[in-house]
Amino acid sequence: MDFDLSEEQQLLKDSVERFVREEYPLEKRQKLTVSEDGFSRRNWATMAELGWLGATLPEEYGGIGGGPVEAMVLMEGIGRGLIVEPYFSTVILGGNLVLRAGDAARRHDILPKLAAGETMLAFAYVERQARYDLFDVETTAVRDGEGYVLTGAKGVVCHAASADWIVVSARTAGASRDRDGITLFLVPNNTPGLTRRDYPTVDGLRASELAFDRVRVGADAILGEVDNGLVLIEGVAEQAIAALAAEAVGCMDVLLASTNEYLKTRQQFGQPIGKFQVIQHRMADMFIACEESRSMSYVATMRLSDPDPELRAKTASAAKVQIGKSARFVGQQSVQLHGGMGMTDELNIGHYFKRLTMIDTMFGDQNHHLKQYAAFR
Amino acid sequence: MDLAFSGEYREFQNNVRAFVAANLPQDIREKVTRGLRLARDDHQRWQNILSAKGWIAPGWPTEYGGTGWSAVQRYIFDEECSRAGAPGVIPFGTKFVGPVIYTFGSDAQKSYYLPRILNNDDWWCQGYSEPGAGSDLASLQTWAVRDGDHYIVNGTKTWTTLAQWATKMFCLVRTGTEGKKQEGISFLLIDMAQPGIEIKPIVTFDGGREINMVHLTDVKVPVADRVGDENRGWTYAKFLLQHERTGTAGVGHSKAQIRRLKDIAAREKAGGRLLIDDPDFRARIAEVEIELQALEYTDLRYLMQVAAGNPPGAESSLLKLRGTEIQQRISELLMQAMGYYAQPWLPDALEYGWNEDPVGPADAAPLAAAYFNKRKTTIYGGTNEIQRNIIAKLVLGL
Ligand SMILES: Cc1cc2nc3c(=O)[nH]c(=O)nc-3n(C[C@H](O)[C@H](O)[C@H](O)COP(=O)(O)OP(=O)(O)OC[C@H]3O[C@@H](n4cnc5c(N)ncnc54)[C@H](O)[C@@H]3O)c2cc1C
Ligand SMILES: Cc1cc2nc3c(=O)[nH]c(=O)nc-3n(C[C@H](O)[C@H](O)[C@H](O)COP(=O)(O)OP(=O)(O)OC[C@H]3O[C@@H](n4cnc5c(N)ncnc54)[C@H](O)[C@@H]3O)c2cc1C
Repeated sequence: MDFDLSEEQQLLKDSVERFVREEYPLEKRQKLTVSEDGFSRRNWATMAELGWLGATLPEEYGGIGGGPVEAMVLMEGIGRGLIVEPYFSTVILGGNLVLRAGDAARRHDILPKLAAGETMLAFAYVERQARYDLFDVETTAVRDGEGYVLTGAKGVVCHAASADWIVVSARTAGASRDRDGITLFLVPNNTPGLTRRDYPTVDGLRASELAFDRVRVGADAILGEVDNGLVLIEGVAEQAIAALAAEAVGCMDVLLASTNEYLKTRQQFGQPIGKFQVIQHRMADMFIACEESRSMSYVATMRLSDPDPELRAKTASAAKVQIGKSARFVGQQSVQLHGGMGMTDELNIGHYFKRLTMIDTMFGDQNHHLKQYAAFR
Repeated sequence: MDLAFSGEYREFQNNVRAFVAANLPQDIREKVTRGLRLARDDHQRWQNILSAKGWIAPGWPTEYGGTGWSAVQRYIFDEECSRAGAPGVIPFGTKFVGPVIYTFGSDAQKSYYLPRILNNDDWWCQGYSEPGAGSDLASLQTWAVRDGDHYIVNGTKTWTTLAQWATKMFCLVRTGTEGKKQEGISFLLIDMAQPGIEIKPIVTFDGGREINMVHLTDVKVPVADRVGDENRGWTYAKFLLQHERTGTAGVGHSKAQIRRLKDIAAREKAGGRLLIDDPDFRARIAEVEIELQALEYTDLRYLMQVAAGNPPGAESSLLKLRGTEIQQRISELLMQAMGYYAQPWLPDALEYGWNEDPVGPADAAPLAAAYFNKRKTTIYGGTNEIQRNIIAKLVLGL
């Protein structure tokens, strides 16, 4: 066993931390969240230059050949900075789907542009009735000559507005909750018949409702095997969960450090509030929650390459449950221990807490994953 | 022992229910039940209705315009109002400063201020906390210096809820340095419309705009607007805090929210069926419902003690403590019921009359913000850590 980063990974970590320190004070971030795109195209270009966007891509696509650990290092930094650029939707979701399932032409077309910061992606997999069940798909794709016609709706699609391409899950066979019969399509954002309703999210990011009104796509839009898309979705969901776990750890680290600092400086009753034992114990429990989350983030990341699908799925669920619980506890207590200050918009605390709360809903909340985990014997 | 309310109480309950049903304006009810933003005028309208009926200050003695209801009747009244979707009466006048004035105030203060509270002429805010004085309230630093028959007040108050709507502020100020820090505090009634008072809104991270920083610069306050004796303000402040902390269990409100939670869960789908049919989600609702019952009957036990003339002491800290924890838990379940649709942030959707299509379920828009906002309940009115300290020290003798 080895929980250490390689020299290159350490350099990547340093570069993210430097970026967060220099480019991402809270005020700057808050300005970005209300800008037109909701993030900075210049930051995106910088991320490409620094090699982040291609960090997990093979060299043949302009990447640097890293894997899950590189993604983890980046996502932890993204959590620490509360970064709003669409790394998660473009690289973790879209990029990995294209890498897993795109044919050679697609991969050579899209991935180098992605690494260079010239293309963005989004993944539309949520449907309202589905809640967290990835196989509950009612959007249909009906064969029409060589191509397909897509009809239906997708919800809360992370960063759909800025994406050039949207990966869509649709049903090509079977009933709405069948595991078989789901196919992925790679659809340009400006395709006729595709309409979007864009909105900000509570954690300062962007998302959209998508409606597909007989959207016609060619056969070349198919990503992976027809009718067999679920295995791809589930695979990417595991990567997404590992990534979100790392992001949550980054967020929790900041909350822990900020709160600890506050407890040493805030004076009440003639002493720093950190001298009250109940506060010390609370803080010790928050520290424990962070450490256990970090461990589960590492495990989730490293198990991504395990050949046993059941072990992978169980690990992802376990990580999501632990992260959900810890994030809730650390977030709530950070607000509580800051007293009135913790409620203000001006302080970073509430913003990290909001992001952590939303991470819990992504790819299944703790309740959902507790059930998933318990279903394994 | 008997769990049922007597017939007399049931009749009272029916009366209140009928009155609220007939008089609560439909738009206000809808705003409250859907968790939308209330304007000052919404509060004013409902409070005027209660005022006209003589029910605005149920807790006051009849001689000052109260109802003469027993503690149990007041409990039933609160519960019926919550049940029907009425906004809570903003407590600063009726629940907080009113009792201080009729208990410790001068005759002039009683005859001037009490009717104005009952008629909703004055809107009060509470000027206790300061940037350096929160849990340790007695370390406050706002100074009031005597100048003839006025005080000149300088300092900064913070977290002042609804100061932007207030015409008056009751305020703790330092008037002396002798002895313990609790001993040099006085209790002043300050007019908000005069020069030297500057209100700066503090935006909370849920997007709320209900709290403020209030700067006081050379504010002139007539000595006649000091309640009770100089340097004895701490006694009155503590009396008020006791009032603030009882009646904060919010059982009626939480019951209404649990009903809302069940309604929503009966509309939302999860796992190919309704969320309410998901055994895990049901168990979570059941859990908080049971916690609420335990709190409700504790509250009622204490009420019966009050009715029997033995008011509980610091035990009642548990009502604030558990009441707020339960409110937070319910708000969390409400948000979780939305799944992904907790994410969209549509501040305009919190305004009544917004008529765009909702994103996702129609109930979704306010729920995440409500969850974040509820985090305040374990902080204000004395944090829950402080309530536990009180129980440990005053009840358990530790
Ligand atoms: C089954 C068993 C086997 C043991 N075997 C051995 C052995 O082989 N050899 C040996 O030497 N000892 C042994 N011990 C003793 C053990 O180390 C002590 O019980 C332990 O150190 C606690 O001391 P105490 O029992 O005096 O409790 P106390 O020190 O009186 O503590 C009572 C409670 O107060 C709390 N407390 C005390 N101080 C603080 C503080 N500063 N802050 C917060 N809380 C505090 C404690 O956490 C505890 O909950 C054994 C004990 C048990 C139960
Ligand atoms: C939304 C909101 C509305 C408010 N409205 C008003 C208002 O209208 N008027 C008004 O005067 N005030 C108001 N307050 C202020 C409120 O009463 C204070 O925030 C509260 O008393 C806590 O003080 P503080 O914020 O300074 O926190 P601090 O006292 O700094 O506390 C920080 C943390 O330390 C803990 N702590 C402090 N001392 C101890 C101890 N001895 N033992 C254990 N833990 C301790 C606290 O529990 C808390 O978790 C409001 C606050 C909020 C959030």
